[in-house]
Amino acid sequence: MREAGQSRFDRRAGRYLLLYPEMGLELSRTATEIARLCTGEWTVDGIAQHLAQIHSEISPVEIMRDVRDFLKTLACRGLLQGFK
Amino acid sequence: MNNEYRPYTLIAELTYRCPLRCPYCSNPLGYAGHGNEIDTDTWLRVFHEAEALGVVQLNLTGGEPLLRDDLEQLIERASRLELYTNLITSGIPLTFERLSRFAALGLNCVQVSVQSSRSTESDRIAGAPSFHRKLEVMQWVASLELPLTLNVVLHRDNIGEIAELIALAERVSADRLELANAQYLGWALKNRVALLPTREQIETARTIAADARERLRGTMEVIFVTPDYYSVHPKSCMDGWGRRFIVVNPEGLALPCHLAHTLPGLRFDNVTKRHLADIWHHSDGFNQFRGDGWLPDACRSCDRHTKDFGGCRCQAFHVTGNAGATDPACSLSPDHGFIESARSQASQSAGVPILFEYRNGRGFAQ
Repeated sequence: MREAGQSRFDRRAGRYLLLYPEMGLELSRTATEIARLCTGEWTVDGIAQHLAQIHSEISPVEIMRDVRDFLKTLACRGLLQGFK
Repeated sequence: MNNEYRPYTLIAELTYRCPLRCPYCSNPLGYAGHGNEIDTDTWLRVFHEAEALGVVQLNLTGGEPLLRDDLEQLIERASRLELYTNLITSGIPLTFERLSRFAALGLNCVQVSVQSSRSTESDRIAGAPSFHRKLEVMQWVASLELPLTLNVVLHRDNIGEIAELIALAERVSADRLELANAQYLGWALKNRVALLPTREQIETARTIAADARERLRGTMEVIFVTPDYYSVHPKSCMDGWGRRFIVVNPEGLALPCHLAHTLPGLRFDNVTKRHLADIWHHSDGFNQFRGDGWLPDACRSCDRHTKDFGGCRCQAFHVTGNAGATDPACSLSPDHGFIESARSQASQSAGVPILFEYRNGRGFAQ
């Protein structure tokens, strides 16, 4: 699964932006972490498991839900390759 | 900094020169030469100043940006500044080698326009043989794995081809398809009678586009832009005057939209004489229609002004003679009768062939 846009740090807002033709998404911290793993090498489950290890204070179920929701948003806009 | 007025996108109109002569060209009338184009160093400085001001998106456009032989340098610098860079082009003149160079230098995406789904018709509207080369260029874009937007300006002679245009976009593996009705300013206003579709044509096209949008969701984004003349409310032109966009034109004028300098009585500054941040924040031209202080009373008391920011200033001027008037596209405008009569004229002249006036100035020759 590969993310089709380009992310960059936005000095003004202090967060990451995901940029696409004619549009940009301001990413939350969680979304930034997810987007950074959309390199083509990770599966959805892999991303969720990886983030669950880092954030042991959050339940894996919640993390899986966040990951799927965010990726679905990207996929619906045609911004993600290989998401099912 | 006040984030309400932060530019996100720089539209760099690198040249007004163009090998095509489309009758709805969005360039101002009477500009096709290249006598006063700003030089490479100035553009590079403008990119730096824009990025420092908050810009993250760069549209390289024209005229035809490929006619600038410094495009490689501009793309390379934009990439170093992490600007998401979109090349908006007719694809002429281009070679695969040059496009590959652009990709290697960090170009992010490409937008190619066709004038019709049929080669003869596309070439007729463009005023030059170009369709087959455009198809080839789109294949190159796909082969380099650059995101591709296919743009089609719709008008009454091609709006009936919506289904074919969607099929064409699928065939060339476009990521986005912009089916954008002509905006009736500049050349398109001059040719409005020959270009404005009927309401029935618009509705049929919109339905087909909406179906395609559903069917292709996740594969291709399908965008349908209704002409102002058939909207109930004015569009939020440029997302509001001086709110999100800076246009720098070929001569170096920094503008809130690509036609703002055609409005009389406004003063715009040149990037060769003034720092872009200073122009953005403090120039008269950029501040003229910011906020709601300038709005006619009827608009200020309407809650939609926070959505459409008063609509299009150029349209207000070209129809009413007053750039500060309510956009006549609004059904509540006292000048809306002009729009209604244009619609009625379109409906009466449906099916009648009308010759349009080609944009003049071949670009190459001048």
